[in-house]
Amino acid sequence: MSTRVPLPYTPMVLELFRNPRNMGKMEDPDAFAQAGSPACGDVISIYLRVVRKGEEDVIEEAKFESYGCAANIAAASILTEMVKGKSLRDAWEIGWEDVAERLGGLPPVKRHCSILAVGGLRRAIRHYYEGNRPEWLPEDLTTVEKQALEEEEMIERLYGGKVGRK
Amino acid sequence: MFMPSVSALLKAHGTPPREVYLDHENSGWVPPEVVESMLPYFNERGYGHPSITNKPGWEALEVVESTAEAVAATLGVDPSGIHFVHSGTEANNLAILGSMRALKRKGKIIVSDIEHYSVLLPALSLEEAGFGVVRAPVDEEGFVDIDVLGELVDSETVMVSVQAVNHEIGTVQRLKEIVEVVKDRNPDVIFHTDACDAYGRIPLRAEELGLDLMTLSSHKILGPKGVGVLWVSEGVRVEPILRGALSSQSLWPGVENVPALAGFRKAVELAFRDGSSSVSSLRDRLINGILNEVPDTLLNGPFGEMRAPDNVNISFLHVEGEALTVELSLRGVYVSSGSACTSRVLEPSHVMLAIGRDYEAAHGSLLFKLTRYHSERDIDYVVEQVIESVRRLREISPLGKG
Repeated sequence: MSTRVPLPYTPMVLELFRNPRNMGKMEDPDAFAQAGSPACGDVISIYLRVVRKGEEDVIEEAKFESYGCAANIAAASILTEMVKGKSLRDAWEIGWEDVAERLGGLPPVKRHCSILAVGGLRRAIRHYYEGNRPEWLPEDLTTVEKQALEEEEMIERLYGGKVGRK
Repeated sequence: MFMPSVSALLKAHGTPPREVYLDHENSGWVPPEVVESMLPYFNERGYGHPSITNKPGWEALEVVESTAEAVAATLGVDPSGIHFVHSGTEANNLAILGSMRALKRKGKIIVSDIEHYSVLLPALSLEEAGFGVVRAPVDEEGFVDIDVLGELVDSETVMVSVQAVNHEIGTVQRLKEIVEVVKDRNPDVIFHTDACDAYGRIPLRAEELGLDLMTLSSHKILGPKGVGVLWVSEGVRVEPILRGALSSQSLWPGVENVPALAGFRKAVELAFRDGSSSVSSLRDRLINGILNEVPDTLLNGPFGEMRAPDNVNISFLHVEGEALTVELSLRGVYVSSGSACTSRVLEPSHVMLAIGRDYEAAHGSLLFKLTRYHSERDIDYVVEQVIESVRRLREISPLGKG
């Protein structure tokens, strides 16, 4: 097969892979986004149920679906745990490093899994505020969002999603 | 900084109540008889250096020579053409780089599109030295297009390398026909075949096939890791690519791995005594079990006679292969995947892409390699676990839900 790299996952990644929390589709979510592409072997769906509490929009429930490796499933799952009960403003501040840290660390070639999860969450938050952007939400894409987008576009750009040699 | 603890991972993983190892592509379980055959050579006899004039040295030499004879007999060749190195990867590198170094001129090298990396990458490395490298296409089952290959061979062509059996999808190439077409176009071409996945599985009479160089690997026939073979036809020139003190081996410096050679000798004996006919019925049991029970699956490589008896490679759509290998591992079924997610470059298997599979099918592929030590009960257990694993991961996946 192709050239390989050792992937010593942490017990936390293995635990979340075995028993993913918040897994599954949400009916009628208040915010939804997907990041990644089947061509990359990485797709994360993020679903949010949001309620208004005082001045803040608070995530009451978060769910995920994942087409991807064990690290991808674990990253999406832990992120949905991390955002529950947080305002969208606070959830926006979660970085991919925070996700990796909660997993006990990720092998370098798997960091894109946490980037994709955070990119998906931010995309869902943007969708929620479409046409009604609060001041704290930056107008321009953040680095993580750009990186998620880059991964999606890379294979399309290089191969058009398929390699048809014949 | 990420400081992984593999022992913590293993503790969290635990040992499943039943284990079936099917990752003989990547590395493997070694039969107890083979291990026993190696043990005396660590400290009872033959622990010396094969080129030194003392008794333990001559005992070591005896192992080297008898192993070469055993291998030569299975190929129908003279033992003088058998050269030992320390892996199939080293033998392929020696074949490509060593024969081109001996050539003293540049030219065109043709390799099939689905060669192992240990053929592909040495060949591509010669581009920097002024060689041209052309990749011959294969069809959707992995068969080299013989007409196209023939057209690619010209007066500038110095080497062609086409494997006898593909390591991932088990395609058995029509090697005799391929060699004839190539030599007919240019009789001076050096023809190399990587036969690591063919040896002990299909007949390989090197001279009848018209080959110049052939690679074998010990661990691919349930021998120990650490032994590769390059067979060199009489009159074909190869130069060593590593420099150092030569011993019994004229093409590879360093001390021979005598215990591993003794193990390889035993593995050859067992492989050719037992044959692989029982394995092909296990293969078909596994293929049919999965294809009949799991929807949205694709067999990669051909059905039937032109598939290696030990190879099963299936794509499971809407799930990712690395996650499947982890899920199956937790259930005691050990396999590998052609997914990008296990690789250094985040690119799926080049073999999958060369046979025209799209990225999703490549990412969802699993490779199973069977041995004559597996039983029908093992296969039935594997089928059950695959059904459950794919079902669970498809529940997590957003894809394929209409």
